[in-house]
Amino acid sequence: MKNRALFSYALAYLAFLYVPVLVLPVFSFNNSEFIAFPLSGFTTRWYGALAGDTAMQHALGNSLKVGLVTALLSTLLGLTAAKAVTHYRLRGAGAALGFISLPLFIPDIVLGISLLLLLGASGLPLSLAAVVLGHMLVCVPFALTVLIARFEGFDRNLEEASADLGEDGWMTFWRVTLPLMLPGIVASLLLTFITSFDEFLVAYFLSGTEATLPIYIWGQLRFPERLPMVLALGAIILTASVGLVVLAEYIRNLGVKKPMVGA
Amino acid sequence: MSFLSISQVSKSFGGPPVVDRVDLEVQRGEFFSLLGPSGCGKTTLLRMIAGFEPPESGAIAIDGEAMNHVPPHLRPTNMVFQSYAIFPHLNVFDNIAYGLRKLKLPKQTLRARVEAMLATVRLEGLGTRAADQLSGGQRQRVALARALVREPKILLLDEPLGALDKRLRETMQLELRALQRQVGITFVLVTHDQEEALSLSDRVAVMEGGRILQVASPRDLYERPSSRAVADFIGEINFFHATVREIGGETATVNAGLLGIVTLPRANLAAGIKTGDHILLAIRPEHVRFASDGVAGDIAAATFLGERSHIHVSIAGRSDPISISASGAPATGPVHLAFPPEKLMGLPAGD
Repeated sequence: MKNRALFSYALAYLAFLYVPVLVLPVFSFNNSEFIAFPLSGFTTRWYGALAGDTAMQHALGNSLKVGLVTALLSTLLGLTAAKAVTHYRLRGAGAALGFISLPLFIPDIVLGISLLLLLGASGLPLSLAAVVLGHMLVCVPFALTVLIARFEGFDRNLEEASADLGEDGWMTFWRVTLPLMLPGIVASLLLTFITSFDEFLVAYFLSGTEATLPIYIWGQLRFPERLPMVLALGAIILTASVGLVVLAEYIRNLGVKKPMVGA
Repeated sequence: MSFLSISQVSKSFGGPPVVDRVDLEVQRGEFFSLLGPSGCGKTTLLRMIAGFEPPESGAIAIDGEAMNHVPPHLRPTNMVFQSYAIFPHLNVFDNIAYGLRKLKLPKQTLRARVEAMLATVRLEGLGTRAADQLSGGQRQRVALARALVREPKILLLDEPLGALDKRLRETMQLELRALQRQVGITFVLVTHDQEEALSLSDRVAVMEGGRILQVASPRDLYERPSSRAVADFIGEINFFHATVREIGGETATVNAGLLGIVTLPRANLAAGIKTGDHILLAIRPEHVRFASDGVAGDIAAATFLGERSHIHVSIAGRSDPISISASGAPATGPVHLAFPPEKLMGLPAGD
């Protein structure tokens, strides 16, 4: 009896989490301009319309560019910081980690406004480059968290063993460090890319005339007849995002040491 | 010039010295052990031989070549790490072949060499086994094979048996000794386990506080320790305070308090002891005898261990009981003890 109650609670909870999200794909296939039940038939024409929408595709291109650059830079910075924190005993490492992670807890709108003011004061133009800088504030902590976890499971003797077996620093990096860190690096790239790709507020403040995809979508909401197309776009982004996060988690756990038997 | 030569090597990591002006000579083909409690500097010394830590002063030479400025990947040494450091992303074969890449061997030769090594450490047929599917003993063998396949001039072993359970450790000790004879490579082993050091090595260096206390064969270390610290560290031992009364040509006479006036062979005195010196007389538990006449005492505790018994005898006027190792089952009650003078060792009391 108690189990059944718990089970229904769990079901209700899952429904609460996922029904709103599922509305998006459902209506994206609905053959009507009005977002209302009952559904009026299956269509893929909203997806077809997306294919001909060049403004949307331009925004998508911007988002991909910003996401890629942000992911690469954040992961590179995260990698060096994670290596420093885990490999060397540094004074103030705790404080440094705290400060690096702090932007995670600053509301994006505050971050967006302060960056906007800063850019204005320093006379720099609003641009996609500015968006990248803003996104990195939020993405570096993510990268750092993922990479530190990976480095901590890393036996330093492995790098020494490689040197002992005749490989110099560069070859040791290629043959030992990189293969063992790769799952963490890929996971970090995927997570930071998704974070940047989905981000709205900072991009809204800093992008100037070049819209990223979330900003483009926001703009489309003014035109009721385009709403189903936005839903179709949302459904695609949703699927891709979930796919990437699942992939990132899967890769991150690859090669993690299983408990050894009989050692 | 010996094969491995260490002279006046020090290392401090910015604090008190961890290795303090160490001199050491190891011969070609020797099985040499660095023995000492944790923190005595033995692992740091080993890591300096491997090149992972630069010495702050002093020189290290291998086979006549100065090593001070040679980085680890160019040294003719290979190491078996305490954690084994098996590459988790490679299988057994690739772990062993790791250090052979630079030789650019033809595929056939490489395969043959790794297979031969697998056979040497008795891991035949396990080449494709993943690193995380090995038992502790197998990991140890892979670590050994990976180092030996490069045919180093010196194999360095950092507590290689520490992670294994007691029975496996004893088996591996025998194998390690046999392996060393078979390959003929100089082994330098670091351990805190005196039994391991004594049973494996040709010679042992006992270390404490970054310094080497004594270098000797296991037998000499046991029978002729040069100081109280060494005698105490290697096996159990009983000490008596004594004063040297006279040193003759063949014998020496000491006043040993409870034991009375004792005349022992002069060779039993450690070097540098002079008439009038305050010294320690030391005797191993297995050399103390029960007698009909001698020092009177009472059996305070006895432990039956099968082949032998450990017996503690308390005697009047002395706080520490005397440890005795006797064959057979222990008796009880009052006893008399004899201390054969030829088994008494005279050590400096100064340390």
